Amino acid sequence: MKELLTNSVFFGVMVSILTYELGMFLKRKLKLAIFNPLLISIAAVIVCLLAFNIDYDSYNAGAKYISYLLTPATVCLAVPLYEQVELLKKNAKAIFAGILSGVLTSILCVLAGCVIFGLSHEQYVTLLPKSITTAIGMGVSEELGGIVTITVAVIIITGVFGNMMAEFVCKVFRIQEPVAKGIAIGSAAHAVGTAKAMEMGDIEGAMSSLSIAVAGLMTVVAAPLFAEIL
Amino acid sequence: MKYVRQFLIILVISFIGELLRYYIPLKIPASIYGLVLLFAALELRIIKLVSIRETSRFLIEIMPLMFVPAGVGLLSSWGVLKPVCVPIMVIVLISTIIVMAVSGKVTQGVIRMEKKHPKKKNGADHIYVKDSEGERQYISENSI
Repeated sequence: MKELLTNSVFFGVMVSILTYELGMFLKRKLKLAIFNPLLISIAAVIVCLLAFNIDYDSYNAGAKYISYLLTPATVCLAVPLYEQVELLKKNAKAIFAGILSGVLTSILCVLAGCVIFGLSHEQYVTLLPKSITTAIGMGVSEELGGIVTITVAVIIITGVFGNMMAEFVCKVFRIQEPVAKGIAIGSAAHAVGTAKAMEMGDIEGAMSSLSIAVAGLMTVVAAPLFAEIL
Repeated sequence: MKYVRQFLIILVISFIGELLRYYIPLKIPASIYGLVLLFAALELRIIKLVSIRETSRFLIEIMPLMFVPAGVGLLSSWGVLKPVCVPIMVIVLISTIIVMAVSGKVTQGVIRMEKKHPKKKNGADHIYVKDSEGERQYISENSI
């Protein structure tokens, strides 16, 4: 049995989708932000792998075919953006200001946190790109001398957490404009957050996908300037 | 074959994105080049929306699922993460909320400011325009 689970390329994909469906089911039934399908799926797969003593590499041998679709899917984010281009032009100033403030806030929060907890320079630069998409974030971390594996982990945690908290944060801070919601989610929680923004609406989704690209590029420029502070 | 053809177009763009990433010495992922390219192609009417619509909708819809393997990857980086786990988690959780709140508030602030002051240069009409716009905005806010 274990042989089969380890060697089958279908197992990884199957268990990922199955646990995601489980997450969707729990979310529908219980209607709580903590029952986020993505979070449930990740946790359930981890439990499953540990329980059957399957290592990550054998799981990923199949599951990588899901990740394979990530680049084409990100490319497709151009579609909602295209559909909302008038809105983008109309609110260009607000959008630019919002994303820039998000990027700077992220960097300053990390700086403050690292000072408070007395983290090293290496750990500081590892955390700097935490709010941007994995692919750009890895590059930034590597460039500045951070620990790339931790950066990836932190980016994923940020995304999942942002995805979970998006509706709550928008409600508490009274962010009501769909454009502002999208920018907030995309700037704080990159593509994983954008998945949530897409569920909230077309405008939110389009603005969030725009933020992934713009926040990523702004961080590429800004992070090195702040890297030497700590 | 319709959906396969749509997928082909998306893959071609993704592939061009990877080519650009390979030849341009910047730390920008292929997917971002691809996103910009597809957007430009749609804007310039090189690619029609109908020729990719269904497949792109589908890919975007199942996007959260694509992050599962990367999330499960935490399992293998747990060793390096464990010693600094607590401070990192605190920083990540708090800053994510602050960043979301700040960028949302700033965006919303500028949007609403622009709604209140649509054209600053029209000196004579200014007060009148501002009043009527202000009124309209108040109503729309309530209706949200």
